[in-house]
Amino acid sequence: MPQNEYIERHTKLHGKRLDHEERTRKKAAREGHKQSENAQNLRGLRAKLYAKERHAQKIQMRKQIKQHEERNVKGAADEKEPANPVPAYLLDRANPTSAKALSSQIKNKRAEKAARFSVPIPKVKGISEEELFKVVKTGKKIAKKSWKRVVTKPTFVGPDFTRRPVKYERFIRPMGLRYKKANVTHPTLNVTVQLPILGVKKNPSNPLYTQLGVLSKGTIIEVNVSDLGIVTASGKIAWGRYAQITNNPENDGCLNAVLLV
Amino acid sequence: MATVLPPPPKRQRREEIERTQLQQDVSPLLATDLGSFKANFVDGDGNQMTDVIEINFADATEKNVSMLLNTLLGRDREDFTPYRFRIHIPGKDIIIDQYPTDLLALLQKNGVTNPFETTITLSAEPQAVFRVQAVSRMAHRIPGHGQPILACQFSPQSSSRLATGSGDNTARIWDTETGTPKFTLKGHTGWVLGVSWSPDGTKLATCSMDKTVRIWDPETGKPISEFKGHAKWVLAVAWEPYHLWRDGSARLASASKDGTVRIWVVNTGRTEHVLSGHKGSVSCVRWGGQGEGVIYTGSHDKSVRVWDAVKGTLLHNMTSHGHWVNHIALSSDHAIQTGYFDHTKDVPTTEEGKRQKARERFEAAAKIQGKVAERCISASDDFTMYLWDPTNHGTKPVSRLLGHQNKVNHVQFSPDGTTIASAGWDNHTKLWNARDGKFMKSLRGHVAPVYQCAWSADSRLLVTGSKDCTLKVWNVRTGNMAMDLPGHEDEVYAVSWASDGKMVASGGKDKAVRTWRN
Repeated sequence: MPQNEYIERHTKLHGKRLDHEERTRKKAAREGHKQSENAQNLRGLRAKLYAKERHAQKIQMRKQIKQHEERNVKGAADEKEPANPVPAYLLDRANPTSAKALSSQIKNKRAEKAARFSVPIPKVKGISEEELFKVVKTGKKIAKKSWKRVVTKPTFVGPDFTRRPVKYERFIRPMGLRYKKANVTHPTLNVTVQLPILGVKKNPSNPLYTQLGVLSKGTIIEVNVSDLGIVTASGKIAWGRYAQITNNPENDGCLNAVLLV
Repeated sequence: MATVLPPPPKRQRREEIERTQLQQDVSPLLATDLGSFKANFVDGDGNQMTDVIEINFADATEKNVSMLLNTLLGRDREDFTPYRFRIHIPGKDIIIDQYPTDLLALLQKNGVTNPFETTITLSAEPQAVFRVQAVSRMAHRIPGHGQPILACQFSPQSSSRLATGSGDNTARIWDTETGTPKFTLKGHTGWVLGVSWSPDGTKLATCSMDKTVRIWDPETGKPISEFKGHAKWVLAVAWEPYHLWRDGSARLASASKDGTVRIWVVNTGRTEHVLSGHKGSVSCVRWGGQGEGVIYTGSHDKSVRVWDAVKGTLLHNMTSHGHWVNHIALSSDHAIQTGYFDHTKDVPTTEEGKRQKARERFEAAAKIQGKVAERCISASDDFTMYLWDPTNHGTKPVSRLLGHQNKVNHVQFSPDGTTIASAGWDNHTKLWNARDGKFMKSLRGHVAPVYQCAWSADSRLLVTGSKDCTLKVWNVRTGNMAMDLPGHEDEVYAVSWASDGKMVASGGKDKAVRTWRN
């Protein structure tokens, strides 16, 4: 027996205290009061550590509650017909479409010619070059001719990009404003997933912005959807799909987009 | 664009590496005289076909032996039947399915010390004399249905008529030769979940979510009758085999979500029996031709039940499955569905002749070792299948087919009854030996669950339809993909191969029927 297990050994030999059950019950009952006292009275580093621990606990708790709630949801009424016709062998199955993010509704819409080019945000406010670029005025040569620009909006920069030498770099895309991932919503399934960006397909304001990878509201980006299990018409797993940015990333600090199917 | 096949499994790769590293043993090839063995040819039932004959090992390829047997049987060259051989190892119970390239080595490996003096029994399996070519292109894309297509079936008569059932509450009959709609069968008020042609091709039964079964005349597109009685959705229907039709009328079994199977007399619309006993939705029903008729049902209550079709009594209740039974298939399915139609296209003129021919076809398909013993296979959500032989083994399964890594959705016997194909949610289609349920091959290539599969009439090809929007045609002998057929814009729900092998039809979520030919 390991040396440090003397308490267990003692319990095995002599049993627990006679009031053990009551003490543990009372301790558990006072737990809330104890936590509250700590939360109110701890100061300094201890308070910080305590708050951090409590925060993590609460997240865990919420998650668990949510799980329980999901489990308690009663199954759909038996006689209710599913929304889309499915063959007999798929009838009683739990909806397996959540992972599969292809909706025939949107596909049908795309079959019509006019709808082929329709996007969720059809009209976008243009961004002028004065707004987007800030002129760099540091350095003698650069200040004199003022040819260098800093992009003031969020951008997507490909993974293999290296900056040009200072002498040749006309546009600076600041590190702090670069994005790699977008929160992409599937319009019919109403699920949102964070997906890596593959590229900027089109920025409607200016072709130059497309080249620079500027992410503004209404920009069409290509995202990596391989995790979603979408299948192409030729029977292969789709990799990239287009999505349109729906928020103003420079205001929000995150990138929200809606998938174009 | 061709589908990129998944890389071969590790075992296969290792074997390949080993093969390339080993020096090939050429000594048997060099030896000119390998000696000979005595071959005793028996047919599928164990009857001797010819006298015992001595064959040289050097010449004993399967093709040569097949030719020799044909010659011994005194056939003309035009009437030669291709044979496949199973080798019975003398003195043991082992039967080798696959004819080897080196017969001598195989015998020695199996402990036959002196193959030159032993008589080896070869059981000859006749192969289909006709050959179906793999479909390779889309012949027609026929729009018409307003909702996904949920079921499709070719007429047993010919490949020119196809029936489909759809979520738009109609069934349609198509002329596949011209790629045009023939009739729209309106009347149902719920999705049409199943369509089934009668074995003589003169009637079409549809079952629907509106709790009814309807019978239609495929020649005119007119409704004949409507059967009401089920309390919930009707999921599947099965026709009585043609050789069992009594009193001038066919019977029809319909399986419903309410846990019952009803047997209808088609001409009068009378409910003959209500087979109740299942505690869950009955997912599949089959009508076997054994004796006076046997009905097999698979249900979500995990059981497979066998019923007497005449008396309406329960014969067996098989409860080995651990989860829903999704689908069941019979070894005689193809023969029952096609009745008296076969590849020769000569249809008997008299009623009696038709019945006789249908019976002969059924017995040929169901016969095992001289006895008519229909086999049944059930596929389940518990990832396994069971092979049943209720006539001989009762409720004891012949074997349990393990190997799928997810739910098995669809299972089908080959028309010659020697192979079973099963399609599952693990994206694979697997082939099994129908005699003992041994695993044969895995057909890999789909990237999403495989919903349905269909055999060609010569049992040499298999087509599978999948959630990944493609159909794939497989060569059963080699296990390779013979053809990849993209073209659907969404999930493929139903696929059917015409009994004359000319055409494959498929339908799915993209609402257009597609026909494929070579």
